[in-house]
Parts: sequence; C-alpha cells; structure tokens
Amino acid sequence: MNKYEPVIGLEVHVELQTASKIFCHSSTTFGGDPNHHVCPVCLGLPGTLPVLNRKVVEAAIMIGLALNCSVARFCKFDRKHYFYPDLPKNYQISQYDLPIADNGYLEVQDEDGNPVRVGITRVHMEEDAGKLVHQGTDATTPYSLVDYNRTGVPLLEIVSEPDMRSPREARAYLDKLKTIIQYTGVSDCRMEEGSLRCDANISVRLRGSQTLGTKTEIKNMNSFRALQKAVQFEINRQIECLETGRRIVQETRAWDEIEGVTLATRSKEEAHDYRYFPEPDLVPIVISPSWIEEITRQLPELPDARCRRFIDEYRIPAYDAGVLTGSRELGDYYEECVKIYPQAKTVSNWVMGELLRLLNDTNSEIGESRVTPRQLAEMLTLIDKGTISGKLAKEVFGEMFRTGKDAEMVVKEKGLEQISDEVSINAVIEQVIASHPGPVADYRAGKDRALGFLVGQIMKDTRGKANPGLVNELLKNRLR
Amino acid sequence: MELCELTANELHRMLTGKDVRAEEICLSVFRRIDKTEDQVKAYLALHPEEALEQARAVDRKIAKGEEISPLAGIPIALKDNLCTKGHRTTCASKILYNFVPPYNATVVDKLNGQDVVIIGKTNMDEFAMGSSTENSAYQQTCNPWNPDCVPGGSSGGSAAAVAAGEAICALGSDTGGSIRQPAAFCGVVGMKPTYGTVSRYGLVAFASSLDQIGPLSKDVTDCALMLNAICGHDPMDSTSVPTELPDYREALVTDIDGFRIGIPAEYFAAGLDDHVRRVIEEAITVLEQRGARVEETTLPHTEYALPTYYIIAPAEASSNLARYDGVRYGYRVEDAKDVLDMFSRSRSRGFGAEVKRRVMLGTYALSAGYYDAYYLEALKVRTLIRRDFERAFEKYDCLISPTTPSTAFRFGEKVDDPVTMYLSDVFTLAVNLAGLPGVSIPAGFVDGMPVGLQFIGKPFSESTLLRAAYTFEQSTTHHLKRPSLTPEVE
Ligand SMILES: [Zn+2]
Repeated sequence: MNKYEPVIGLEVHVELQTASKIFCHSSTTFGGDPNHHVCPVCLGLPGTLPVLNRKVVEAAIMIGLALNCSVARFCKFDRKHYFYPDLPKNYQISQYDLPIADNGYLEVQDEDGNPVRVGITRVHMEEDAGKLVHQGTDATTPYSLVDYNRTGVPLLEIVSEPDMRSPREARAYLDKLKTIIQYTGVSDCRMEEGSLRCDANISVRLRGSQTLGTKTEIKNMNSFRALQKAVQFEINRQIECLETGRRIVQETRAWDEIEGVTLATRSKEEAHDYRYFPEPDLVPIVISPSWIEEITRQLPELPDARCRRFIDEYRIPAYDAGVLTGSRELGDYYEECVKIYPQAKTVSNWVMGELLRLLNDTNSEIGESRVTPRQLAEMLTLIDKGTISGKLAKEVFGEMFRTGKDAEMVVKEKGLEQISDEVSINAVIEQVIASHPGPVADYRAGKDRALGFLVGQIMKDTRGKANPGLVNELLKNRLR
Repeated sequence: MELCELTANELHRMLTGKDVRAEEICLSVFRRIDKTEDQVKAYLALHPEEALEQARAVDRKIAKGEEISPLAGIPIALKDNLCTKGHRTTCASKILYNFVPPYNATVVDKLNGQDVVIIGKTNMDEFAMGSSTENSAYQQTCNPWNPDCVPGGSSGGSAAAVAAGEAICALGSDTGGSIRQPAAFCGVVGMKPTYGTVSRYGLVAFASSLDQIGPLSKDVTDCALMLNAICGHDPMDSTSVPTELPDYREALVTDIDGFRIGIPAEYFAAGLDDHVRRVIEEAITVLEQRGARVEETTLPHTEYALPTYYIIAPAEASSNLARYDGVRYGYRVEDAKDVLDMFSRSRSRGFGAEVKRRVMLGTYALSAGYYDAYYLEALKVRTLIRRDFERAFEKYDCLISPTTPSTAFRFGEKVDDPVTMYLSDVFTLAVNLAGLPGVSIPAGFVDGMPVGLQFIGKPFSESTLLRAAYTFEQSTTHHLKRPSLTPEVE
C-alpha cells in the first residue's frame, strides 16, 4: 500500500461557550426541555432581526490568534440558503468570502515523531441549526419533532489544508486542535455532546504525484477513535477502488460505527446551490488593531509553549511534559502540586501514573478528581517522612481518590502507618526465622536470593507496613 | 367638520385645552369607519375595545392634570406588516393567515409609549409587493377619491384610511415607494425616512436593505410629530443609526428663502402624464415665489434604477420569505407526503402570484452562474445611483419631482402587466436604493384625483425636507381638501 499516499483535510465545527446565542439573548445551555432556550429571534419569527454577540467575535479572534491565523480587519456575514426544518429561517447566517481569520497553522507530530505543520485555511463564525427528533415508525405514521434549543448557538468552523498524510496524523491534528481550543476556554470541545464535530475530506494519489485525487467527504464520526477508524477505512476503500480499476466518485459518505464502513449518503449535497449573499440585517464587522492587541493579551499560554516551559523549568522528560500539558486542567493540577511539593519528577510520576490510571478506570476527568493537588503533595511528604511506604502509598492514594480524605486521615483510619520501630520488627524477624529454617540455611550458605523470600514473609506478616529498608538492615544483621 | 377629519396637532390642542376627550375622538373615528369602511375596505382588522380603553386611559391622565405626549389619544392605523403582540399580523398573505406575534414591532412599542390609540391593521399588497394593494390575499381597498381607482400600494390601506378619516395618522412601510406612492394617490402626506432612522425590528421584511417604516398623515405637521415618535436607535436593529436625531417640529417654519432646489430632468421625461406635469410646474412656481432657487439638474443613472431595484429587492425577498414553510406557524397543507412536499405545496398555495414571481426572480438572480451577472452588477449600479444623488446634493438642498407619473389608476388596469405596474414606482425607488429620505405631499388635482409632489434629500436631512414641504403646504390649500366619501365636504 506504500504505492499510495493519502491526503486528508478536516473541517471542524466547534460550539462556543458564550452565555447567550450568537444573535439573541437566549441561553446556550446544552440540553433542557425542547424549545425552552428560544426566543422570537432564534426562531426566525417574521420581523425579527439578528444582533451580533460581541463575545462570539472575541472568541473567534482568540481562536484565530491561537491558530497563528491572520485576523481580518474587516469581515461580514452572509446568508447560506437551504430548506430544512431544523433551520428556522431556511438560511443559515454564516461567513462566505470574508472569514474572520485565515491562513494559520498548528503543529503535530508525524508517524516518526517529527513535527509537521498542518495549515489552517480559514476560521469563520456561524449559527448552529436545531435538531430533528424522529418519531413513530414506517408501520405507524412516521413524523419528526423539531427542537430549536441549539438553533443560534455560536459555531466556529475551522477548515484545515489537505496537509495530513495518515489517519494518525488526522487524529493528532484534531487532538491538538481540541487542546488548543480548550486552553483558550472558548469551548469544552465534547465530541459526545456535539460541541466538537468533525468531517474529513479524503483522497489518495500515487506517492510522488503532485495532483490531488478525487476526494470524498466523510461525516458522522462521533469520537476521536471513530475519526481514525473511518479515515483508515476510507483510504483502504479508495486504494482498493484504484487497484481494481474502478473510479472514485466525489460524494459524501457517512461513517457507520457498527459496521465499521463508510457508506454513500443519498443526499444530493453536491447539487446544492446555497445562493450566498451578504446578510443585509447585520453591519460589517470592523476589527481594530487595538481590539486584536487586547485579545492577544488575554490569550493564555498555549500547550506547545507550556510543554517547552515544563521541560525547562521542571526538568521533566519531554514525554512527561507532553502528557501533562495535554489538557489545561491537568497542567494546572501538576503545577499546583509542584508548587507545594517541588520534586517535579516524583509529582509527574504520580500524576501520570496513579492519578491518570484511576481517572481512566472511573471514566472521569481531572476536574472531577477528589484528590486535590495539595492532598497529593501532602501524601508525597508522608512518604518522604517515612510515615508510609511507597508501596502502601498506592493504597492510601486509592482511598483518597475514592473518598476525598486527606492522606493522614486515611493512614490513621486504616492503620497503615509504617512500622519503623526495631523492637516490633525484630519480633517478627524472630518468628519468620523460626518458621523458615530452610531459606535461612540457604542464605547462610551464600544464596542471596533467599533473603528476598524472608523479607517478603516479614512484609506479609506486617501487612506491608514494616519499613522495608529497616527490615532489610535488621534481617541481614540478625543472619550475619 | 367631524373630529376624525382633523389633524393630530389640532386634536392635541383640543385635548390639552379640555375641549374634547380622547374617547370622543376615538368614537368619531369608529363612526366614520362604520360609515365608509364598506366602501373603502382599508382595514384587515380593527381593535375597537382596546382602542377605546387606550383613549380612556389618556382621558384619565388629562383629568389628573398629567402632561400628555403630542400623539396621546390620537387614533392611528398600522400597516399589517408591523408586528402587534397578541394581534394577527398577516402581511395580507394567506401564508400568515393565523400568525399572532408574541412581540411588538419597536415602532408599536414607541407609539404605545406615547399613549396613541391603535385602531387596527391596514390592508396592503401581500408582503408589501405591489403598487395598488390589489395583491392583498384578502380584500380590495378603494381610493377614497374615486372608488373605481386603486389607493396605490403597498401601503394602500394606511393611505386610504387617513384620507377617508378612518384614522388620524398611520404607519406604512416603503421599499420602493410604498408610502409615498399611495400617499400621492390618496392626497395625503407620506414620508420614507433615511435608511436607519426608524427601527425595522418587527417590520416583516420584504427587502431588508431597502425597507423603512414611515408615517402617513393629513399634513406636514403631523408627519413631523409621527416621525418624532418613531425614530431613533434601537439595539434590536443593527442597521438603525446610533446618532442623536433632531426634534422635527423645529423644522416646521415657512422659510425657504435662498433654498437651492434641483429638478432632475430624468423625472420629467417620457411617461409623465401631461396634466401631472402641469400641476408640478405650478408647484415649482409656488416654491420659487417663496424664495427658492429652482433649476434643472440631472441624475444620469436614473434609467437603471428600476431594473436594479427589480434585482436587489426580489433577491432579498427570496431569502427573507424562505422562512414561510409551514413548519412553525402560518399556512400548512394538510396532506403532505413528506417534508419537501409540505414545503413546496404550503408555499405554492400560501403565496400569491406576485410574491411567487418575485421569489423566483430573486432566486434566479442569486443562483450560481447568475449571481455575478445580476446581483453583483445590480450592487454596482446601486452605487452609481447613490453617487448621482451625492453629486446633486453638493449643489442642492433638496430635489423635487412628481411622486408618480400619473394619478391613481383604475382597478385591473395594470395588474396583468407587471412591468407597467412596476413603472408606477419609477420616481420613488431610486430613493430607496440610495437610502435617502423622501416625502410626498399633496400638490393639486387632475380630474379630481390627487397629485403628489416629492421632495428628496440627502441622508438625515428630514428637517430640510419637512421645512420645504411645510412652506409649500402653508402656501397652498390642497392638503385641506377631503374626499367626497365624507358627506360634509363636496
Ligand atoms: Zn433566541
């Protein structure tokens, strides 16, 4: 298959988390009873007029800057026409020839871990449509209900250049885009809730060729994994087409998650004439350099810069820095913890190890963690003081994660305090020596491995609470 | 003279002098409606109970010695494309036969804030598309000066109501002449303000970049009072201007000494009725006698205004009217096979012929492959037309012209020939394309039918126009004549 090179571009829609919709005062809250977050304006009732929400423009400028785009000094809205019941005006207010930002890029790693730039063609603002809820069956009377709660929720459409060459690169791009947007705080980018949606344009060509093959557009990918799988499937399908001498048809295909295939949709999308024309109910948007400067100042540290800083400042490996800056919240958690407990690599090990594992097991996110950075730091201090062993610390942390209790309280309640007094340990040593004469004789005969067995028995008898260093030292002395 | 034949200004003086009660004025208007509405058919809906309640509330204010606004207690009619909370707003279309807005148009809120008495909703061409009000899906409104003639359009109901004494003043909307043309045909004053002067929120859109709401009244004074009441920035309409506007009453002075007035030669060319021309020439003489310096000028791109308008207005209309699909409100066919069938048949049956014609024209003009040749070209010509006016206003305080090429025509005379019908707006629509203010006032009569004189000004020069119009009006008596529908006047 190396004969062919895939060419992938992504079109991403991001719902902005402004308090109100793009052209009215209705709430953007997700869910809610159908048709409760609506008003005459977003329902497109006769005589109503849109008024642009300034916050949406600010969010769009921020994303444009975060994606290294040039932000337009002057842009406007246009009407995009198509008849569909979830679109109350039967046109969508969008941006056509003058988007708010264009010509940017972001950086991802290719298959070999080398950085590659993926170009951002354009970023534009538009309003979301509503949702159709299908009722009844063909046997009874099928009908649909419309929920306009989502109508008018602000969207950014972010279109990439066809710069990606593998499904993994496509996924890495989407991951990076999501991270950057989450860092700016303008959207939560939840694919399951539809606040992040992605379509892919895919074609293949003979490696070395400069011309693009016929592309298909893949829709209906509802997770990052689905994106990767769908893109891979479509690449294989197109290659097979070419190999068997068939023609690739330019069309829209939907990803079928259950069957794991892409299928041609019946919609005549290609035949659509959207009859764009400038929205006469809105005035053009003039963006002054000072406005851009103001938003530039509000722009938070972005993941790439933060990753570099983590490597320099905390002296942690690039891999750790990459994982820890993978979300703004995780990075914040890490930094807060390091502020209290400055052994940066130890903190990194715990956050990337136990914490992420438990979050993953419980399908929760860092923001939901019941262990605060301060509590983690306190626990790490208890290990250093010898109050708990490193091994028991995992058990302590597990309990902290479940209950949200401080480490000290967990240690006390569970009686997990490390046994470090010599008298108690020596008593156990005597018992173990008495009941395991064989290994004792082996050790004395020079078989060092037998010592490990005896230490294990002592730890077992103390339910792991004995200070392992001390056990080793005392046992060796006793057997000398 | 009955109360319903007086002006708002006269009635206000009587109200504050306690010579009359608002309730009496309201009753006088409704008595007139009882008497003449069968013939005029200006209204699609009347709100008598609420109107009387509003009138009595004003009377209570007066009795308590409270100060009242200049339009308090004045019976006013609203064109049926202005949204009225809790009252049907149909745009004289079948497709909105049951539409009751849950909100008021901003102008309606403003008038309510002035304690006006809203009489009802007036007939119009469907979605304001037409020049005779014959395109109403519901009824035919007659010209009060001659029941065989059209009242003009699309604000024909509002103009006829004011002329017949069925309202003291009215609001209309003007996209290509829809206030000024019926005002001329019905012998009343009608103004289209500068684009952005009056909020369009709650005006059911025809062509968003051209539509403006404006007043119809018996004289220039009432026009100024009405404009004062409805103008001003509205945060709900991004295209309304955020600047401070003057008190238009201050423009009501009879002084145009040294005014420079231009007469665009193109507006006196072929197609202008000779009798109308003579009336306008007499009007020019009057203005000259009052000290105006009148001279001929030119607006070279005038001949392109009509075709330009009939690209831009239908293009915007095709978009604005896309929302009428039967899904959320309005007319829906019962027996649709699927959603597409529901859309297309609801629209086919819900819209009238002229609306469908314009939706098709506009859809065509915006379609891929035609957009550049039609819509984009039209926008360029629109700029040229605007520049013509800008150049003229470097020399002149205002321009004057006949409002229409002829007086009101007969029913059916033009309805089957759209292009002839469109030509009746040939002197008014360039004003909308350029976003300028224009006012039509009574200038005389031809065979008993009124003739309108149009004043055109630069953006936001309404005060200048009102001053010139007021000076002319105060030098003549045309505005005092009432149609013979009313028995007291012969
Ligand atoms: Zn809303």
